[in-house]
Amino acid sequence: MTKRTTIVLLLFPTISVLVLLFLGGLAMGLMQSFGYMPLIGMNDFNIDAYGSLFGDQEFLLSLALTLWISISSTLLTMVLAIITALAFRKTFSGKRIANFLYQFPITIPHIVIAVGTLLVFSQSGMAARFAHQAGLIADQNQFPVVVSDKLGLGIIYVYLWKQIPFVGVIVLSILQAMGNNYEELARSLGASKWQAFRHVLLPTIIPGILPASIICFSFTFGSYEVPFLLGRPYPTVISVLAMRLYQDVDLNARPQAMATAVFMAAFISIMVVLYKRLLGKMSGRR
Amino acid sequence: MDIEDTKASPLHWIVYIGVIVSVLGPLIPQFIWPFAKSWFFPDLLPSVWSVRAWEYIANPNSQVLEAVWNSLVIAVLVTCISVLLGVPAGKALGMYRFRGKGLVELFILAPSIIPGLAVTMGIHVVFIRLGLSDTLLGVVLVHLIPTIPYMTISMSGIFANYDPDFEEQARSLGASTFKTFFIITLPAIFPGIVTGAMFAFLISWGQYLLTVLIGGGRVITLPLLLFSFAASRDNAFMSALSIIFLLPAIIILFFTSKFLSGKSSSMGGFGTI
Repeated sequence: MTKRTTIVLLLFPTISVLVLLFLGGLAMGLMQSFGYMPLIGMNDFNIDAYGSLFGDQEFLLSLALTLWISISSTLLTMVLAIITALAFRKTFSGKRIANFLYQFPITIPHIVIAVGTLLVFSQSGMAARFAHQAGLIADQNQFPVVVSDKLGLGIIYVYLWKQIPFVGVIVLSILQAMGNNYEELARSLGASKWQAFRHVLLPTIIPGILPASIICFSFTFGSYEVPFLLGRPYPTVISVLAMRLYQDVDLNARPQAMATAVFMAAFISIMVVLYKRLLGKMSGRR
Repeated sequence: MDIEDTKASPLHWIVYIGVIVSVLGPLIPQFIWPFAKSWFFPDLLPSVWSVRAWEYIANPNSQVLEAVWNSLVIAVLVTCISVLLGVPAGKALGMYRFRGKGLVELFILAPSIIPGLAVTMGIHVVFIRLGLSDTLLGVVLVHLIPTIPYMTISMSGIFANYDPDFEEQARSLGASTFKTFFIITLPAIFPGIVTGAMFAFLISWGQYLLTVLIGGGRVITLPLLLFSFAASRDNAFMSALSIIFLLPAIIILFFTSKFLSGKSSSMGGFGTI
């Protein structure tokens, strides 16, 4: 067997399944977003759905809320992952248990933490109860609204809970691979702790966690369960809006649901392409 | 730098305690609520205890056992198919250089990054036509969209660190391709396969949106039940289901924590985006 045949044979099953399911699904979604649905007798081909999308105030509000949640949770994830990973680099008693807990969220499903966030941060939740016991609030209505709130704080909390360990583990492995030598060298040449961090550690960490941040951003951009459970019905995030349109009994809402979903896929694809371009320019290759 | 610098300072302890509190905080009430009958504000513990949530779960009419069974069957099937497809593809990406490799990698990675709503809604129409919607098989097929990329990329990370010389030696000593695979390759990559497979299992186990779209509410899985209890804010039931939903994740974490810490190469493949 030549090398070429081997590679083709190894890749063929995976590629063909993904072409059928992924590309096939995407193509069908695209066609329906143009109003082409022969199964229910809609044979037109138009871009009406996209036109009404950008004229629709609910869509624009949803897009804004979605972007706010994704961008803020991704940036906060990066900052907190670096801070916690730097702290977990140190030796301390009970480190094994703390380390285990630090990695614990990686495998836990999002819905479990959404449920936990309801139980802790709703106005009758554990946080409010502790605040009452501590004499901070007299009544549960005085507890700040952080679940189903305007800013999506409960949603952001769940994303941080899940993502900080995911990025943090990557930061830890970067720190381990790099060792203490560069930092020590910088310090011995008179750099302050902050300068050593800013000019030695940070430039190494940031490129290493960029791919993970893109994954975090695209996940939070498309996630459905968490904002459905912890968000407001209006305005909602873009995926919940798309699902609502899709489940509408009126089949005329179908093209608009598809257009919303296709917009999401296109938005993330463009983001990834731009990111790869930027990366290519930064490192001077490809 | 002296040895002092590698020890934790009070500032570090604030971080450790912060991590422990915020990780465990949302989980602890979930272990108390399933035993509560009445637990009103501002009580820190229930005033009346009860096990009705567990009785409900054990009751065959409640659909919970059926949902657990469905979730398990789907996740096991999805995992097996992902391993069968992902290991060879991961080998091609991890061990060979070829023209267009970057493009192939990007294509395989795309389904795990691009929001799956458009794809799944698009597939739904075809599946209705083929009689695959509202069936277990249909749900298994859509779950493959996020798991196959995951498995392939993980395995390419494993194969990138794998030394092919051993295979050459076995073959030069007269071993067949199959024999070489089972005696040389498989033992070397087995820990990587296990880690990847466990995560593929978890991805399928935790899937809500794809299941509800393609299963049409007919294929009941655990996340579907949990989601509907959570949406109706029934604290006792949703917490009990949440604990069952959580169990595989905890078991798997015990197995994989040593793979994840530090030098894991199964995560390394994601550096390609």
